[in-house]
Amino acid sequence: MIKLMKEYLKGYRLEAFCAPLGKLFEAIFELIVPSVMASIIDVGIKNADNGYVMKMCLVLVILGVLGLASSLTAQYFAAKAAVGMGTQLRTKLFAHINSFSYAEIDRLGANTLVTRMTVDINTVQSGVNMILRLFMRSPFIVIGAVAAAMFISMKLTIIFLLFTPIMGIAIYLCTKYTLPLYKELQKKLDKTSLITGENISGVRIIRAFSRTGDERRRFEAAADELCEIQTHAGRVSAVMSPLTYVLVNIAIALIIWQGGISVNAGTLTQGEVVALINLMTQILLSLIRLAELVMNLTKTHTSSLRILEILDTKPNVTDSAAKDAMESIDSPAVEFKNVSFGYSNAERCALENISFSIKRGETVGMIGGTGCGKTTIVNLIPRFYDVSEGQILVNGVDVRRQPIERLRRSIGIVPQKAVLFKGTVRDNMKWRDKNADDEEILDALDTAQALDFVNEKQGLDTAVGQDGKNFSGGQRQRLTIARALVGKPEILILDDPSSALDPATDARLRRAIAEKTRGSAVIIVSQRISSIRNADKIIAVDDGRIAGIGTHSQLLESCGVYKQICDSQLREEGV
Amino acid sequence: MENKGSSSVLKPLLSYMRPYAGLIIAALAMAVINAAAVLYAPVITGKAIDLMTDMGRVELDGIAPLLVYFAIAVAAAALSQYIMNLCLNKAAYGAVRDLRCAAFEKLSRLELKYYDTHAKGDVLSRIISDIEQISDGLIMGFAQLFTGIVTIVGTIGFMLSISVKITVAVVVLTPLSLFAAKYIAANTFKYFKTQTAVRGELTAYVEEMTGNLKTVKAFSRERESERAFEEINSKFGSASVSAIFFSSLTNPVTRFINGLVYAAVGVFGAFSVINGGFSVGELSCFLTYANQYTKPFNEISGVVTELQGALACASRVLALIEEPPEPPDSDDAVTLESVNGELSARNVYFSYDPDKPLIEDLNIEVKSGQRIAIVGPTGCGKTTFINLLMRFYEVNSGEIRLSGVPVSRCTRDSVRSSYGMVLQDTWLKSGTIRENIAYSKPDASLEEIKAAAAAAHCDGFIRRLENGYDTFITEDGGTLSAGQKQLLCIARAMLSLPPMLILDEATSSIDTRTELLIQRTFGEIMKGRTSFVIAHRLGTVRNADRIIVMNAGRIVEQGTHEELMEKKGFYSRLYNSQFEE
Repeated sequence: MIKLMKEYLKGYRLEAFCAPLGKLFEAIFELIVPSVMASIIDVGIKNADNGYVMKMCLVLVILGVLGLASSLTAQYFAAKAAVGMGTQLRTKLFAHINSFSYAEIDRLGANTLVTRMTVDINTVQSGVNMILRLFMRSPFIVIGAVAAAMFISMKLTIIFLLFTPIMGIAIYLCTKYTLPLYKELQKKLDKTSLITGENISGVRIIRAFSRTGDERRRFEAAADELCEIQTHAGRVSAVMSPLTYVLVNIAIALIIWQGGISVNAGTLTQGEVVALINLMTQILLSLIRLAELVMNLTKTHTSSLRILEILDTKPNVTDSAAKDAMESIDSPAVEFKNVSFGYSNAERCALENISFSIKRGETVGMIGGTGCGKTTIVNLIPRFYDVSEGQILVNGVDVRRQPIERLRRSIGIVPQKAVLFKGTVRDNMKWRDKNADDEEILDALDTAQALDFVNEKQGLDTAVGQDGKNFSGGQRQRLTIARALVGKPEILILDDPSSALDPATDARLRRAIAEKTRGSAVIIVSQRISSIRNADKIIAVDDGRIAGIGTHSQLLESCGVYKQICDSQLREEGV
Repeated sequence: MENKGSSSVLKPLLSYMRPYAGLIIAALAMAVINAAAVLYAPVITGKAIDLMTDMGRVELDGIAPLLVYFAIAVAAAALSQYIMNLCLNKAAYGAVRDLRCAAFEKLSRLELKYYDTHAKGDVLSRIISDIEQISDGLIMGFAQLFTGIVTIVGTIGFMLSISVKITVAVVVLTPLSLFAAKYIAANTFKYFKTQTAVRGELTAYVEEMTGNLKTVKAFSRERESERAFEEINSKFGSASVSAIFFSSLTNPVTRFINGLVYAAVGVFGAFSVINGGFSVGELSCFLTYANQYTKPFNEISGVVTELQGALACASRVLALIEEPPEPPDSDDAVTLESVNGELSARNVYFSYDPDKPLIEDLNIEVKSGQRIAIVGPTGCGKTTFINLLMRFYEVNSGEIRLSGVPVSRCTRDSVRSSYGMVLQDTWLKSGTIRENIAYSKPDASLEEIKAAAAAAHCDGFIRRLENGYDTFITEDGGTLSAGQKQLLCIARAMLSLPPMLILDEATSSIDTRTELLIQRTFGEIMKGRTSFVIAHRLGTVRNADRIIVMNAGRIVEQGTHEELMEKKGFYSRLYNSQFEE
């Protein structure tokens, strides 16, 4: 928390300083009030001096106005500083998250990152605002009130010195005990939320297996647990306010008794006793407010830790300082040299000893079973991950020695998951090449067999909803293919591009792509022999290793795995 | 439709409070005691102060018993407050639990239509955050409101008993702070609205860009997305400053007005003391009241907004609870026991939207043990047909019979448990792999689970995971690939081995080699059982006993692969199209 504030309040030093200062003044003005009232009683009333009373009353009003003015100043600066910090932090975090490689995204999870960006930063922002405004106020009031009491009577200040810490400790203990309960409570709430979410998205399966009863019991158990911990936490916090009330009133009783004795002895006046009682009440109120604040601040603290966790995560794929060596037209477009790769949390390597090369103008098919590592292989080319061992060369240069942005701009990729972004079809089509003109885009849409349905809607101006929900799965897939084709990439990677397409469309699509991508290196990842059998070269992958490289007929003879795959499909498809 | 008047919300809501009526009444009684005791305490201190007018004239003997009364009042106040808090907690959390369980119970009985037409987030927030708001706002808010009113009435009463004149001054001045708070709130609202709107925009943008970060990175769009983000971010910044600043005005302003009231009491009080008929102790007592009296006013204005918010939430929750459920199974519904796998559909008509007919006059006869493939272009009604088989939706007219019994006369559970189902959209719950496979049969032994996993060809990769069958997976399956998730779903269906099986694009993400192996296993275990297979890849269903070809909600052809190919109709065109090259 403090680390974040130190770092991101930098540009707002003045504001961050003025806000508590304003609060300090407000507290001072507020603390003078009881003393003024004491003099009204002791001087004004005793001497029956109407003028004096009026004068003092005016003082009270002025104190009020001054208090209001300083308070408003504080609020303004606090808002300004907190929001400024939040905004800066948000920009920084967004950019930082954008620097993550797929490895970090996998590990942290995209959803977590979204929460950190939104909920957590908002919590920190309002937390900082609160700290600046209120955190300083309560200590000021407490210290000020004790000081004011000292001015009135040294002897009775002992009561203050005794009871203020006792109340402080009592409030502290209550807070300390309830805080973990509230954390637990949040966990239970998350659990009920998780169960509900699962039941909404899994309704068909749950009903198909007739498990609604079990799910209901599971939810009820979670709701019971939640209720129990809420009641428990409630029971503890229910103690706090009566307890402090009792404590402060014991102190007041002592003040009255000792005050009475002192007044009798002539060392204190009646009005001063009233003032002391008032001061005591003020201390109580600020301590309670402080406790509430601490409760709120733990949320802020947790959020700030979660943000720091992200900020402290270093992306492991970064542009290297080394300047790119000369690219050579003669070298293959893509070359793998003894590449091994392992995900950070798995025991076994996902890829072992992969070597192959792809020339410009060549179309390479990559086939293999579920989870054999095909997608991982193509994800290494644009450096979504870095290899663990070996080397990948694009145009003869190690990808780790090329500027990432240029490397990726030279590649057109169609990921498995068809993601579109809010905007128009045209906006989406310009993702790879900002400067693409309509003609180029229409051409790409035509190649991707997407032109018909786009034209049926409002053409390139067709709005794309969030996640492309207004298009069917197959349509989304074709749009993502078109997006990758715009701007004629040097290397085109299609990762299982036709899984949601019907066979006829798929066949047309393959033909069109083959025609339009001459001169580029094309990699088609697929599970269907029919999608890749005409490729110049086929790479059969099995369990993280290359099982064979060659043309369809070569592999049929030399590669057992390929033959098995073929058999499984030829039998079905009768080719 | 969702925003009902507050009265129509309150009535059903109160019925959830009824079991806790005793606790609430106790709490209210305690609130009255508490207010009385809290208000009486300053009266006592005031009297005590009056006994210490000057040097040598302090009646310590008089003060001592007053302090005893004081102690009693304080103890009563503290105790009553504690009991009140306990009662309220119990009532609030209990009622919220009941409400939440009722909402969830309704959710589990709603028609599939509700799920298909409502966004997940919306339903989720009703059951979680809306209900939370009801507990915070409605029940606690109500208690605060009540305490506040009791305190105000009590204070006025006590003040009147001491001095009518000063009371009038206080009563006239205090509402000022109410007005001020209200005025500020009204004027802040528009800033809040802007802030909320921009916040929504910002969140949506982050969700889109960060949620799909992999795609953003694949296209090197980081800079562009950062630029667009900064724009929204700075817009949000300026909207926030105004919203935060203006909303934080309420406290200082009401505090200022309280200060004025305090000063006024001081002046009037002082004059009254000087003119006689009013004591310094009474003045001190009044000063305390002046502080206390304005507090509930400020609280009430806060509570009222919270109450309104809670009512809005309550109406959303109640709308869910009052949603009509799936019509319950009729009393004479039959429990299907020995399903032999025979199925017939006669003259079935169905549509989701009355204006758009979907399935029309559908007729099928399926014999026990047959493997039926359903094929056709996207949107032809294949999945809808499955929805009807499972009774996720009810036919509009016509009849579906299972083992000769009309399904509409059977209990839904028994119809559904006759089928095993694997869908293209893989759903796994958060839990271990073992729990997920055992979902279809909770009492399955580990051996059975492993056997099912082996049959679905996922035993291998499960063993390679860090904790094997006890590996915990999250709802979206985490690091598992789409194919691996499908294998798990197949294992889940294999474990329960129902008499009939529905595979809706169940192997779309699985490679053909594994698929073939799985189909062989299915072939063995499904001997004598009926299965329905929906597939895009027509090759995978060639061997089906019968292929049902659907188009635009109707069955256009049916027969074996060979028969259909000979016909040279819709199917043969569809089939050949995948091999043109």
